[in-house]
Amino acid sequence: MKFGVIRFPGTCDDVDAQLAAQRVGDAELLWHRDRDLKGVDAVIVPGGFSYGDYLRAGAIARFAPVMEEVIEFAHAGGLVLGICNGFQILCEAGLLPGALLINDHLKFVFRQVNLEVVDPNTPFTRECPPTLSIPVKHTTGRYYTPTPVQVVLRYAPGNNPNGSQDDIAGVVNNAGNVFGLMPHPEHAVDLLTGSEDGLRIFESIRTAVGERVKVTV
Amino acid sequence: MSAGAQGGRATYRELGLTDSEYDLIVEGLGREPNAVELAMLSLMWSEHCAYKHSKKLLRRLPTEGPHVLVGPGENAGAVDVGNGIAIAFKVESHNHPSAVEPFQGAATGVGGILRDIFAIGARPIAVLDSLRFGEPADSQRSRYLLEHAVAGIGHYGNSIGVPTVGGEIYFESSYEQNCLINAMAVGMAPHSRLTSAAAAGPGNVLILFGALTGRDGIGGASVLASAELGEGDDAKRPTVQIGDPFAEKKLMECSLELLDRELLASLQDLGAAGLTSSASEMASKGEVGLDVDITKIPLREADMEPFEIMVSESQERMLCVVEPDKVAAVLAVCEHWDILATAIGSVTEQPLFRILNGDEVIGELPVPLLVDDCPLYDLEPAAPTAPLYAGGDQRIATDAAPADTLLALLASANISSRRPIFEQYDPVVQSRTVRRPEQADAAVLALPVLDVDSGAAGAPVPAIAISIDGNGRRVAVDPRAGAAEAVYECAANLACVGATPLGLTNCLNFGNPEKPHVAWQLSQAIDGLAQACRDLEVPVVGGNVSLYNESPDGPILPTPVVGMVGTLPDARHAAFLGFANEGHKIALVGGFNPSRDGSELAKLHGRAPAGALPEKDVAEIRTTHQQVRDGVNSGAFLSAHDIAEGGIAVALAECVISCGLGARIELPDGLDLFGEDFGTAFIVSGTAEDLAGLEIIGEVGGDALEIGGVLDLPISGLTEAHASGLANLLR
Repeated sequence: MKFGVIRFPGTCDDVDAQLAAQRVGDAELLWHRDRDLKGVDAVIVPGGFSYGDYLRAGAIARFAPVMEEVIEFAHAGGLVLGICNGFQILCEAGLLPGALLINDHLKFVFRQVNLEVVDPNTPFTRECPPTLSIPVKHTTGRYYTPTPVQVVLRYAPGNNPNGSQDDIAGVVNNAGNVFGLMPHPEHAVDLLTGSEDGLRIFESIRTAVGERVKVTV
Repeated sequence: MSAGAQGGRATYRELGLTDSEYDLIVEGLGREPNAVELAMLSLMWSEHCAYKHSKKLLRRLPTEGPHVLVGPGENAGAVDVGNGIAIAFKVESHNHPSAVEPFQGAATGVGGILRDIFAIGARPIAVLDSLRFGEPADSQRSRYLLEHAVAGIGHYGNSIGVPTVGGEIYFESSYEQNCLINAMAVGMAPHSRLTSAAAAGPGNVLILFGALTGRDGIGGASVLASAELGEGDDAKRPTVQIGDPFAEKKLMECSLELLDRELLASLQDLGAAGLTSSASEMASKGEVGLDVDITKIPLREADMEPFEIMVSESQERMLCVVEPDKVAAVLAVCEHWDILATAIGSVTEQPLFRILNGDEVIGELPVPLLVDDCPLYDLEPAAPTAPLYAGGDQRIATDAAPADTLLALLASANISSRRPIFEQYDPVVQSRTVRRPEQADAAVLALPVLDVDSGAAGAPVPAIAISIDGNGRRVAVDPRAGAAEAVYECAANLACVGATPLGLTNCLNFGNPEKPHVAWQLSQAIDGLAQACRDLEVPVVGGNVSLYNESPDGPILPTPVVGMVGTLPDARHAAFLGFANEGHKIALVGGFNPSRDGSELAKLHGRAPAGALPEKDVAEIRTTHQQVRDGVNSGAFLSAHDIAEGGIAVALAECVISCGLGARIELPDGLDLFGEDFGTAFIVSGTAEDLAGLEIIGEVGGDALEIGGVLDLPISGLTEAHASGLANLLR
């Protein structure tokens, strides 16, 4: 299978996501100006500071030409994974409910956190054990939603790094094919760099893609 | 020639030049400089750009070694790590801007050092920082500077996608007014991409790319960086530059792509003194001249004066020299990255830097006059006859029980956990970070890309290790021995992860060198650095000098900061600082010769930094470091931690806190628990077989740190003290 990793100006974790995805399949970078997903089987909107996070995190990236394709791909049922800034962008784009607010302590935080897999039946978590150790790193990661959502990951008790509502760390859309999370699974794919729990998310996607009818837009 | 307002004697003093320097300029030029020329010369002849009080001393440092690819003089030094890979690195200060405006000062300090790295063709892969502030417990100002400087460093490094993998921070009252912000960056490049800043090829085109040129940072190098801080410095806030990490991220990717495509003849970043410094140094290195037309330079404000354009320190700008037939390709790459690029001039034969305003020549300066002819001064060092630094408040009784003393040290601002600070930095982006802050004594970064075939499960992973160190308190006790200790300590940190040093960079932060006792500190410290570099065969590949770090309260502690890079054969063996397993033996390795002068405990007792530092046996240090490296790389030592601030008791407590396993220790009779000696001795652990023949001092196990007959403290109590110290001060 092939992953596509979006690269906006200011994206920082694009190569990291590509390297992580390449452990389970092929992966190529997709440029923000190109209205072309190049036939990939799943899209990753990676972390970083797209367009400098100016105005509001993710607010400018959602208007990038490539995002028109991502939105169409998602509506057609394609698997889309948004990590950190990618989660913020997917919320801004209306593909996921809710919003990410500035952390309750108002500072950037890097921390290795424990996560509980609340829903192991999504295309993104079916290979996951009940708990995961994955790092977070963000200033704007406090998830908030005024309406009920499908929670996939929660911070384990005492591990919430940002004050998010109900300890929410990751959610899927109603259709279950768009997943956003603040922790960085691409930074937990090798024991040498701390943990390989994040790899389970990429493996889940590979498994899910193998069972699905290819989505083309 | 016409040039707006005349320069002349009324203004040169305000710009920081002395009467005799101005006379030299007039003599060299054969006339009085005009306003544009004077602005340019005053910056190029500033301490910050010309190193006029330190250059002669710096020649004492050894700069050559078998691994050196680029030595001092380029934007950054570089060493060979094998397989055609070069590692570039440099540390630089941004002290005075940060004392005036901590967030932007610290942020642009990171931005500036990163540009130095990619200007020589290396992709930045790590940032470290070395910070000094006043006592946070006593001073709202120090807490303010700390909070905003740390936020600024994080803002820039996190946003640009370069991991901050290490650093150090100390608090002393002498830094109250004059904080120190030293940032070190490390980059990686194939040898073939290493690039010089030397302009070449008359007829080639000079292209400025990146941000617009504005009025920020006018005179930063001369007015702010080359004078003592004092009253009214708030008025200097406009001389501090404003950083935009998003712009630099694009600039970095664009610059590296231009080099990968071999489109550039040379590349240089714009830093202190802006276009003036960058262009004249390019011309000087290439022994050519340059014409620059200021009407071509894209401006943020339309009505800027010519001199402002030439000395603006607007951030996120680069200058390159391009052969005429490659200009179109260069502009296309810049457009891809949304980077503004403009041809602003050309390379000429004659070594003249000419400033044009359209067709009119408004400045014409010989390149050597700008770059080489600033007089270099001999210092007049004299050892102080009275103590320079007073003791502080006494924070613990001299007859306190050892357990209480250890807890007080662990909770002290200088020793307590740095987590509240490093949690504000991203240490993992770029997927190379094998050891993060507080996991080991040095940061460890894998050199190859980690994938399914390498990493934990695969083949050996060659890596680099990086450490940054300095201890002004000990340098104040003895500038020569204290500076040498910083080198030994850095090398010891590398040894703990199995790394052999390849090179170092230094940042020399001192007071006003025109004062004899500061000159003495500087001269002695450089001698100490030079000696230690020779002792360990580690060449200096670059660095920075920051002088005039004084306030009305006096000079800062003399603070040479050393950043060191080494290599290790397999990152999988890099030792953690915490013990690995219950039942493992704990050994003391090395000749440990502790004393209390200049120690953290002496500070808590309210004593001034005075007395003498321990004598060093250099041969033994070399043997010990090799023994630790060998033990780590063979897998015999599963943990390694060098003994430094707070002595052996603090080192043992740090091992326990880091892993959550207790230890039962019996120390040799008479060994001082809290005396300090730097870079000489290590706590290692492993199985009894692997540690056979070493001086075993205890065993891993239990839920407390027991030091026989002296103290018995539960891990929870140690952890609480260590975790709360700085955290409480910052709350």
